Amino acid sequence: MSPQRKRRATGALQRLPIWMTGIALGTSLLMIIGLIGLIMARGLGTFWPAPLWEITLKDGKSYLGLVHHVEAIPHQADAQGRPVRRTLYRIGNRELYGADFVWVNHADIVSRQRPADTVSIERLEWGPFYGFLAEVNTPAQMARGDSRLLWQSLRREIPVAHRRARKIRHMEKSVIGNINYSIESHRLALRKLQLRKPASAGSMEPERRRHEDAIAALQARYETIAQELQHLRAEDGAYQVVLKDIGGKARELPISSLVRVHRPNQLSFPGRVAVYASRLQEFVFGQPREANSEGGVAPAIFGTVMMTLIMSLAVMPLGVLAALYLHEYAKQGAIVSIVRIAVNNLAGVPSIVFGVFGLGFFCYLIGGTIDQLFFPERLPTPTFGGGAILWASLTLALLTVPVVIVSTEEALAAVPNGVREASLACGATKFQTIWRVVLPAAIPGILTGTILAMARGAGEVAPLMITGVVKLAPDLPVDHFAPFVHLDRKFMHLGFHIYDVGFQSPNVEASKAMVYMTTLLLLGIVVCLNLTAMQIRGRLREQFRGAEV
Amino acid sequence: MFTRPMLASTRPSITINRPPRGTEAGVALGDARMKTAMAIQQLNLWYGKSQAIKQVSMEIPERRVTALIGPSGCGKSTLIRCLNRLNELVEGVRIEGGVLLYGQNIFDPSVDVIDLRKRVGMVFQKSNPFPKSIYENVAYGLRVDGEHRRGVLDQVVETSLKRAALWDEVKDRLHANALRLSGGQQQRLCIARAIAIEPEVLLLDEPCSALDPIATGKIEELLYALKERYTIAIVTHNMQQAARVSDFTGFLLMGELIEFGQTEKLFTTPRDPRTEAYITGRFG
Repeated sequence: MSPQRKRRATGALQRLPIWMTGIALGTSLLMIIGLIGLIMARGLGTFWPAPLWEITLKDGKSYLGLVHHVEAIPHQADAQGRPVRRTLYRIGNRELYGADFVWVNHADIVSRQRPADTVSIERLEWGPFYGFLAEVNTPAQMARGDSRLLWQSLRREIPVAHRRARKIRHMEKSVIGNINYSIESHRLALRKLQLRKPASAGSMEPERRRHEDAIAALQARYETIAQELQHLRAEDGAYQVVLKDIGGKARELPISSLVRVHRPNQLSFPGRVAVYASRLQEFVFGQPREANSEGGVAPAIFGTVMMTLIMSLAVMPLGVLAALYLHEYAKQGAIVSIVRIAVNNLAGVPSIVFGVFGLGFFCYLIGGTIDQLFFPERLPTPTFGGGAILWASLTLALLTVPVVIVSTEEALAAVPNGVREASLACGATKFQTIWRVVLPAAIPGILTGTILAMARGAGEVAPLMITGVVKLAPDLPVDHFAPFVHLDRKFMHLGFHIYDVGFQSPNVEASKAMVYMTTLLLLGIVVCLNLTAMQIRGRLREQFRGAEV
Repeated sequence: MFTRPMLASTRPSITINRPPRGTEAGVALGDARMKTAMAIQQLNLWYGKSQAIKQVSMEIPERRVTALIGPSGCGKSTLIRCLNRLNELVEGVRIEGGVLLYGQNIFDPSVDVIDLRKRVGMVFQKSNPFPKSIYENVAYGLRVDGEHRRGVLDQVVETSLKRAALWDEVKDRLHANALRLSGGQQQRLCIARAIAIEPEVLLLDEPCSALDPIATGKIEELLYALKERYTIAIVTHNMQQAARVSDFTGFLLMGELIEFGQTEKLFTTPRDPRTEAYITGRFG
């Protein structure tokens, strides 16, 4: 081999590690970008209002719907050898057709057009309605005929109808909710009296009477409000819209049940943007509808953030104290090494095992005991003795504590020994040294561990499913009833939402978009939480800048 | 990393052999009027099985600078770290013999090590300010002692920084991070921190080894001023420095104290041939 060739060969050999490392990094980046790109493309596109197509088929059937998905039928080709294609149309109107979707072979289509006066209606029940306006009926007028005028009067009536609906909802949720809450608390007080020793029965009589009177008064108030509510509902029922589908079938709906209406084939670009923004806003801030497959995910966002915060509050002190003992106090030796290995291996235990442990230990043992001691009047309905946001958070804290312990230990090891000696030489005790010098210097590292723990915890689903997450939680864990924060409540979680909507939904195709959007949102929340923690860490690091010099 | 606090079984075992105070030192140092601040008596120290200090006895006179010289690894730092019991933090250490601080054995069980360290301050080889402000660094010793009155702290911070000849350089940025100071300033800050709690003895473990000649000169001047108020023991591997700053010098070799006496005499007329070999640069 000539020296020149040899040199070239060694040169290539030297570049090999660079190539290998570069390729590895590139692959990871590509996979992450691909994943996020896919989620964003599928998720963000779904809220864009698509045109409604009227398709007439060879056999005379006609459909009105939007293009959901186009594909080539496998193993089929036409005379020219080109693949046969078909389209999945979303035709909505579930109560009329039974299914929202229909496959149409391209070969069967006779004509395809976009009628201008179609309306796309999102409503509280039965999914979207695609069709035409037939009548708008209010107590004042009955409009029919001209589609432009109908559209205008419908647009005028919807905000009014929403105001009525809000009023009804307020009566149902807040006013009646408050009455129910008061009745329940009086009932519990009565039950508490019953559970007390019967010896003092006589002395309890006035108190018992007081509660019973209060309940009777509340019942009476409930009756009046229920009547008022009935009146409101009847009034609301007088406002109706009649819709017709492509085949001419009519459907009458109360106007207050319409969430959003638009005419997709007449929308200008700003109009489309407005519809998109309105849908996005409902998604982020709204309540779920239709078995979670429509509407918003606000309660799930709230639950996720709250759970992650409670988890961080629990995991940080626990992990830091454990790491302090391991690193600063324990005599380094075989036992500490074993403990350390055990802690590291804890991170490898399947998370569902933690869930089972959390259910058995936190929910049933600790929660059950709390119920017996503090809430005996509510039994057999569990208060803390079932799934709860507190127990779910603590289970996740347990799951993520190894991460915090390991990174805290690393941070403690990185604090120079000279600083400890200096502190001791100043006459500080060991505790003072740890508290005033070592811990502050280690805080950036500790926060790194907490960030990792948060990221892991926020994305975890399996253990939550058995320790407190539900498909639909009626109340948030924070509300206006004392003590305002209800850690005993079940909650909704974005991760579980993804699983539930994507795999447990009766209408999987329609809710696919929700799955992508929810995933995107969960990613976004994790990124936000991490950025906040990193911001705090950066600020603290600034304080210790130069420590490494 | 800290080691675990020592259990009874690993507590340094101490044998005390107390000679009559004052006399021997006076004779050794050639001045009977000088008072002894600390007296090391037949001190032996083992790290595990290897003996680092062998039968060392010497006296550190009050308000003088006492230097310890010797080649690397001869036990100078180990010896000086015995004087505030910082060596006890090392796992597997065993100490025999005694160290008296104004007549009281510092290894006596009745001595509180926290109190001892408040009386015997220390400055380390590598400057090690806390990642806090300049002010908080100097005030640290008082704060851990429970002093929270702002006026007292202000006063002490100012005097200490003045005594450490750092006040003029930092008085406008007392609340800036100490880690942004230069190396020499950091070391003077460490001295200010050590003297803020008014120790009786100040131990310096090669305080200038990481500094440039100008910063070194400043520290040496400072020592000259500080010995008016404090008893100083300094470890150095720089013989010129020992000759410049100290009144008394001890020469250590392989854990043994070869020679101890007035600096002038030790450097001009060493009694032991090994001392002569070392100070003339034939080894070490």
